[in-house]
This record gives sequence, structure tokens and C-alpha cells, in this order.
Amino acid sequence: MQTSEQTLNDILALAAAHFKVPREKLGPDDDFFKTLKIDSLQALDLLTKLENHFHVELPDYELQGVSDFRTLASRIQSRL
Amino acid sequence: MLNLDQYNCLGAALRDALDRWPNETCLIESDRNREKSRLTYSDFKDLALPLARALQDADFRPGERAAIIMSNQSKWLVTAYAIFYCGGVVVPLDYKLTASEQLQLVAHSKAKVLITEYHLWRAMTQAPEFDNRAVKTVLVTEAPLRADLSGAFRWEEYRRKGDPVFESRSREDAACIVYSSGTGGRPKGCVLTHENYLEQCKALTAWYPFWPGVRYLSILPTNHAIDFMVGFIGPFVCGACVVHLRTLRPEFVRDAFVKYKITYVSLVPMVLKNLERGLRGKFDELSTVKRFLLNRMIGLNKAMTRRRANVKLSRKLLPQVHEAFGGELLALITGGAFVEPSTLQFFYDLGIPVVNGYGLTEAGTALTLNDLKPFRADTVGKPLPGVELRILNPDGERIGEVAAKSRTIMSHYLDEPELTAETIVDGWLLTGDLGRFDKNGHLQLFGRKKNMIVTEGGKNIYPEDIETVFDGLPVKESCVFAANYVWKAKALGQEMLVLVLRLEEGQEFGEALKNEIVSRNRRLPDFKRVQGYMVWNKDFPRTASMKIKRTILAEEIAGSVDRATVAEL
Repeated sequence: MQTSEQTLNDILALAAAHFKVPREKLGPDDDFFKTLKIDSLQALDLLTKLENHFHVELPDYELQGVSDFRTLASRIQSRL
Repeated sequence: MLNLDQYNCLGAALRDALDRWPNETCLIESDRNREKSRLTYSDFKDLALPLARALQDADFRPGERAAIIMSNQSKWLVTAYAIFYCGGVVVPLDYKLTASEQLQLVAHSKAKVLITEYHLWRAMTQAPEFDNRAVKTVLVTEAPLRADLSGAFRWEEYRRKGDPVFESRSREDAACIVYSSGTGGRPKGCVLTHENYLEQCKALTAWYPFWPGVRYLSILPTNHAIDFMVGFIGPFVCGACVVHLRTLRPEFVRDAFVKYKITYVSLVPMVLKNLERGLRGKFDELSTVKRFLLNRMIGLNKAMTRRRANVKLSRKLLPQVHEAFGGELLALITGGAFVEPSTLQFFYDLGIPVVNGYGLTEAGTALTLNDLKPFRADTVGKPLPGVELRILNPDGERIGEVAAKSRTIMSHYLDEPELTAETIVDGWLLTGDLGRFDKNGHLQLFGRKKNMIVTEGGKNIYPEDIETVFDGLPVKESCVFAANYVWKAKALGQEMLVLVLRLEEGQEFGEALKNEIVSRNRRLPDFKRVQGYMVWNKDFPRTASMKIKRTILAEEIAGSVDRATVAEL
């Protein structure tokens, strides 16, 4: 199983690719709504991408209150 | 549809609806690619009545309150009907609030019963405000088999045999208590009566009717006034069907239009903009020839529907666009916040009318709606039947505060007689919104008199409610304003919250302070966050009881600095 750090790095890379921003612009503690300039629906879109990549299923409410990549990574890691 | 004039309460109207269309489908619930359930009006009744009986056996009495905190699903409506059947008052609460906020509103409403989802209940039991004696009966849905329910009952098992007693209510009795704001500061619980809902339903369906076979896609949260009316009461009293999605992910929402051949859907502006972005992206991918042909057909559709919408014709002219929406869509309904006219026009030009309106929780659901005769992207439409609107103290441009009188206006704010007296004066609801009528009787909105914002997601945010999160910041004092309240914009849109900081003598604004602000801001749900900050160099004016004189402070700030001084957070 991959480590939390690998999960976090994968998420940052996938988010950068999905929203077409340079990977180095994204930090683990960044607020993804602000850094990526996205709304909550686009965040749900990203979540679907991440689910497909990690082969997990996260209900919409898992994203409630989550706005930084590190917390998102921990939610995904707990289901791997 | 049922003749609503003959009913005194929602429970009686819904009861007749269940008997009138027993074999029609009333609810479809879908989760991603899987349909979870499909209920006829008769199935709905079979689910709701044993629940009503169990509630009555648990001593739930007419006039008592029951809070519902659930995402959109069949159980939400089944539960609400069971509460109405018992003569109870429904308190619909937002499932997206934090557990602490939910507990605060449940306590404020004095609900005797709470019905919620298991994961929400689990979060509430772990919140510091949790008191297991506050609510007498708690029902939770979809709890895992061996879960610790902390005193709650399983919704799925909470039913009793035997006919419940139908408890009729009068038109003046409370039907729902809907919170328009106020989790941090002063909770504003709008007490809406059975009369309010019955009259609102009559007015809305006079312009936009439902009938058996109509399918309404319920995306807005059901606790929201619009979805409660258009995604529950309206379709049910007409024998129509409501489709619930347990996910709001865009790809599944798009699929639902096609899979269920949706007739109407209500959307907040944010979702509408997302749809527009998706469609524009698709159009950009077309080859030059196809794009040219599409533009020609859009131009033709525009010309032929200038005076009046003609969806049937538009479907023939732009079949691919309409098929992407399932081919049966009659209109998108939007409201709750400002919508860019260009977005409305984009959809109308494709032959998909967007019914734009204006309303507030205090007024039931809607006060005005676009009647599409002709379509106007620059207004929020005309007053609905039975609604009187006035512009108070108009200025030279005829712009003033919008006041409303209607049988749909709430009875009062719960336990707030002073606030009620300030808001409803001589039977007129003072909306706090600035507007004027054009020569065709359409209402145009021009901003707010109140210090508040309405997000693109349709949420009302009052700065006072979120200030507590910044209490204790290492500065002399701080407060939050709606930017358009300080710098009067005479326009809607571009709404943002601004944190105003007064630093200590000799204090510099540094990175540490900024990080502290960012970290505190993150404790708020994303839609409540402050987007900008500014440093103010004078002490805040205060009353004798040390409350900030907000109007004066806002005027002082606007008089000395420009909106451009607000730094992005």
C-alpha cells in the first residue's frame, strides 16, 4: 500500500493536470478552492478523478469542510 | 392539480394528493449510476403513515417541532409528510452546516424530534455543544449494522402498526420554521404558515404548472425554500414526480437529465454557470464547419423566439443541445442569488428558458418571476399573482428599497418580536434589497441596503454571524463587512466579505498575522469565508454598550478609501 506522502503527491499532480496549473504552484496546505480558483462543483469533479485513480468511492459529504490537499489526502488514505 | 383554496393545511392537501394519484410515480432516488428506489404515491403513503403513528405513540403532538437534517432523498419528504400528518411543524436545516451550527439551530427551534443521517448525527454527538437531553426523539437513517447510535433510533425501523390520527391545522398555524441565517449571531427562524405555502404554491403553479408525468430534478437542498416548494409541495399537489440524486457531481447530474427525461430543474447560479462553462467548452471543440452551422441555428432560434419562448420549435432547431438535457426540459428555474444576464441569455438563445426570479425566505419562496412573455435577462420578472410590491423612498433614478405585501409573507421571526417589527411594518415586508420597476412592470435589482451577501450558491451570509471566528486575533479590533455595503455598488454580483482590521499602536501587518487570519478563515465552511482584508487606521465608532456602529464605520471607510485597497486573502 502506498504511503500518505505518496497519496498526497499523487493528488497534487492529478489536481495540477486536471486544472492545467504547474505542479510546483500547489502546496499540500493550500486551500484548493483559492489556489485553483474553483467552486465546490469543480471540486466534486476533481474528487471523481481522484476516486478513479485510487479506486475508492467517497460520498459527497466527505468533502464537506475539507479545503486543503493534505486533509483530502488523509480522507482518501483512510479508504485505501 | 388539487384546488388548494379548499385546504387549510399542507397535511390535508398532501393526503388528498396521495389518494388521488396512487399509481403515479412520485419519487425516484438515484445514487451515481444506480437507481436506489422508486415510489408511487401509494408506496409513499405506506412508508409515511407507520412513521406518523410511531411519532404519535412517542407523544409527538400537534404544534410541536421536528427538525430534518438530510441531503436530498425520498426519506426527507416521507418524514416531512409524517410530521405534517401529526400536525407538527417541520424545521428544515442545512445539512452542510457544521455539527455545532446544526445543534445550535436545533436548540433554538426547540425541536422535540430530530431526523438526520447517521454520519451527521455521529458528528453532532462529537461536537462540544452536544447535549443528549436536548431533543426527545432522534431518528437516524442508514446507520451501519452495529453502529453506536448514542440514543437515536433507526429511521428504517421506527414505525408502528395501526392508523395514525390525522391532525388538521388552521391556515394561520406554523407549517415550517426556516432559518434564513444566523448560526453565529442572531438566529433568524422564519415562521411560515400553512397559508403561506398554499398561496405560494397556487401562485407558482398558475405560471409554471406541473402535471402527472412531469419530472422535477431536485438538486437544491430540500431545506432551501425553493426546493421545498418546487421539489415537494408543488409537484405533489399536481401528481408529478421528483427525482433525487444522492450525488451532486456534475457528470451524474448531466446523466440524470437524459436518464430521467427531466422537465424542470431548479439551480443556483453557480451550477448554472458550471453548465454554461461545460457547454461552451463542448462548442469550442466543434470543427469550424459545425460551429458555423450551430451559430446559424442559434441565430435562427433567437429570431424566432424573440417575443415568446417556443421550446418545441427550439428542440427541432437545436436537437443535439436539447437531447443533452434529455429532450423534455421545459425550463431551468433559478433564484436565490444574482445571475449574470449573459448566462440567462446564453441558455435562452439555445431554446432553454431560464425562469429567473426574486424572493427571500421571509416571503415564502418567490415574489417575482420571469413570465417569458417576452424573456428578459436584465430583470427578475414581474410580481407573482397576489404579490404587491412597492419601492420605498425612491431616489432620482427611481431606485429604492423593495417592500412586499402578500399572503406568502412569513408570520414572524421565531422568538424575535423586535426584529419582526423592524422587518414587517404595517403588513409590508422590508426586503433590504434595492430595486426599481421598468415601464413594463419588471423588477430590476440594484444591490442591497443590508450588510449581507448572497453567494452564488444561494446562501445568505451575514458578516456578524462569522465574526466570532476572528475573535481574539492579535489586533486591537476587527469586524467583517459585505464589500457592496461599504462601497455602494448599485449592482449585484461581485459580492465578497471583507475583514477590517484595526491594529495596535505601532503594530505592523506581517506574515504571522496573515497566516493566523488564513487559518481562522479555514474553520468556516468555504461559502462563508472572508475573501479580502484591509487595515483601518482609526478606532471603530461604538455605541454606549460597545457595539460597533457599523453604518457609520462603513461610511467612514467608503469616504476615505477605495474598494481597490482591499487585499485578497
